[in-house]
Amino acid sequence: MAPTTEQFRALFEPRGVIVAGASTHPGKFGFVCLHNILAAGYEGRVFATNRDGAEVLGIECLTSIDQVPDGAADLVFICTPASTNIELLQECARKGVRAAFVASAGYGEAGDEGRAAEAELVAVAEELGILLAGPNGQGVVSPPSKLCAQIVAPYPPAGHIGVASQSGNFVSSFMNFAEHSGIGISRAVSAGNSAAVTVPDYLDFYADDPETKVGLAYLEGINDGRAYYERLRSVAERKPLVIVKGGATAGGARAAASHTGSLATDDAVFDGAVRQAGVTRAATVEEAFEAAATFATQPRPRGPRTVIYTTAGGWGVVTADAIARTDLVLLDLPDDLRRTIDTKLPPRWSRSNPVDLAGSETRDTIPEVMEIVASHDEVDAVIFLGLGIQANTARLERQGPFYPGHGLERIVDYHERQDARFAQAAADISAATGKPILTATELATTDPTNAGPAAVRASGRLCYGSSNRAVTALAHLWHDTRWRQRRGLL
Amino acid sequence: MCPTLSEAESKRLLAAHGVPIAPESVVDGPAEAVAAAEQLGFPVVAKLCGDAIAHKTERGLVRLGLGDADAVRRAAEELLAAARPDDGEVGVLVAPMVSGNRELIAGLQRDPQFGMTVMLGVGGILAEALADVAFRLVPIDRTDAHEMVEQLRTQALLGEFRGEPEVDREALVDVLVGLSAAAEATPRLVSADLNPLIVHEGRPVAVDALVELDGTPEGGAA
Repeated sequence: MAPTTEQFRALFEPRGVIVAGASTHPGKFGFVCLHNILAAGYEGRVFATNRDGAEVLGIECLTSIDQVPDGAADLVFICTPASTNIELLQECARKGVRAAFVASAGYGEAGDEGRAAEAELVAVAEELGILLAGPNGQGVVSPPSKLCAQIVAPYPPAGHIGVASQSGNFVSSFMNFAEHSGIGISRAVSAGNSAAVTVPDYLDFYADDPETKVGLAYLEGINDGRAYYERLRSVAERKPLVIVKGGATAGGARAAASHTGSLATDDAVFDGAVRQAGVTRAATVEEAFEAAATFATQPRPRGPRTVIYTTAGGWGVVTADAIARTDLVLLDLPDDLRRTIDTKLPPRWSRSNPVDLAGSETRDTIPEVMEIVASHDEVDAVIFLGLGIQANTARLERQGPFYPGHGLERIVDYHERQDARFAQAAADISAATGKPILTATELATTDPTNAGPAAVRASGRLCYGSSNRAVTALAHLWHDTRWRQRRGLL
Repeated sequence: MCPTLSEAESKRLLAAHGVPIAPESVVDGPAEAVAAAEQLGFPVVAKLCGDAIAHKTERGLVRLGLGDADAVRRAAEELLAAARPDDGEVGVLVAPMVSGNRELIAGLQRDPQFGMTVMLGVGGILAEALADVAFRLVPIDRTDAHEMVEQLRTQALLGEFRGEPEVDREALVDVLVGLSAAAEATPRLVSADLNPLIVHEGRPVAVDALVELDGTPEGGAA
């Protein structure tokens, strides 16, 4: 039976948490989990239990769940050996616990005996009305609740991407991308063995969760494709859903089979099923994160017509090539738009798309012309290139031996201010026009402290590490939009 | 066990659910074959047709480009003479000769994970090398079918091509939606193949069809 919303609330927004099996040894899960919960600043009550009642991280451990006040905690994070967990669940249920994250190993992944123990655990949890996450999972994170109940890192900023994964490590990977890019997470959960609650169950909760704007999932083999399809479609109809699937090739399928013991299906059929379901399928883990970040932070394009807006000529050309390889359309610049831009720029600008300013810009033209471009009726989306070039020059000057003399301080400040201003303008104009404006520069990864990418991050948008990645993300956003438009869902 | 239907019956089953099929006749003898050809208009193809005949081309049971009555009569005689006792009841299928430079394939397959699927792909001699196929789960609607067509990588093949007009996408959608409807209405259906779908003057025409049913009684298998 699928968990209830109330049970999911206990998992993601608990009023109190018990760490069962807290340890004084900093290398043990029972220590790390408690550390992470406390370090992230969780504001509810935190209880910890261990056999001898030792103090861990300033918390006096209880020797029994019985000592937890009734109703004070509704989530238990379990690090105890599998053999003790049935009794533990029963005690927790009596205290009002409605959700359990079981990190303990020794279940379905551990042979016949483990499988039997897992089945018993599931049955007991079901009978007690406890949502059972895991077992053999890495934890659950819910930044809007300042909850970091996990035995791994990191703790990402709060945001609107809901992560669910069949592999715990990919939860960490997605959260690392979140931390680096500043595009935050609403919920993240490692499904572990998915004994009771599966990845589609979590996604189904995200689809109605007000904190979550987009679901992001890592999947491996699946056992009942038809049921999976129905679940994913139901989620995608309510909210965008991005997946990356392991085991898509024959070699990957063998690796997945040994990983989760589940079957990998013919990839062409799987691919058709997810397209039909309206799910965005990404080829790589980073592409999946960037697609989800785009859904979470950009308005939807009404159509495919895209303008490349650039101060960097070569980047404009390769971006035009990248667009030609997608379903996006490089807009043939309308005459009236060309004439309006002519009034703002000297004649050496490209006069076509890519709109290449070719060094024609003065102090104000980048935001001004960007607004003119984005406001035009025939423009559905803009890709903005060349951000950070000025601030990059500033860095060289700032780090050189002549700084701060020779008037450098003033120009360095000016350059950095300008790039920050352009980044903010991209976000503001996008919000005002309701059209996506994606900013891309390699400085996002080569020098994230550059004023350009830093300001994109501060604006709450993703600064794409290359124009190709921005094109891929925009194409995903357009495909999802088109899927909804065609089915009357927008 | 998976009995196959004859080409004519396969087409009849699919056509009943909206798959567009070119007109054709199945006849008993050479004289009737000539009459059918005259009605359809030359040139025609003639094939030996029967429930147990699944591999006509391999057995040389297809005669193409028959331009006049004599050719049709001769072909019908040869085909009927080539029938083996284990072919069961046979006839001669006479159909218009369809020509075109482009070939697609479409069909139904039951996937162990996802159940019945509709398939569209690029056909012809490069089909396997290109592996340009799109699948959807039954049932599909017209929007899904349009997206399958859109998904093929070889889009240049669907535009104007060597003096032939662009492919009528609505007609291709009719094929796919019809296949899906046939699968829904026929629980015993195991697979269906329309191979090739020749693009003739921009319209996809199934020049061969093969439907496989499972051996259990109607409704016995989902």
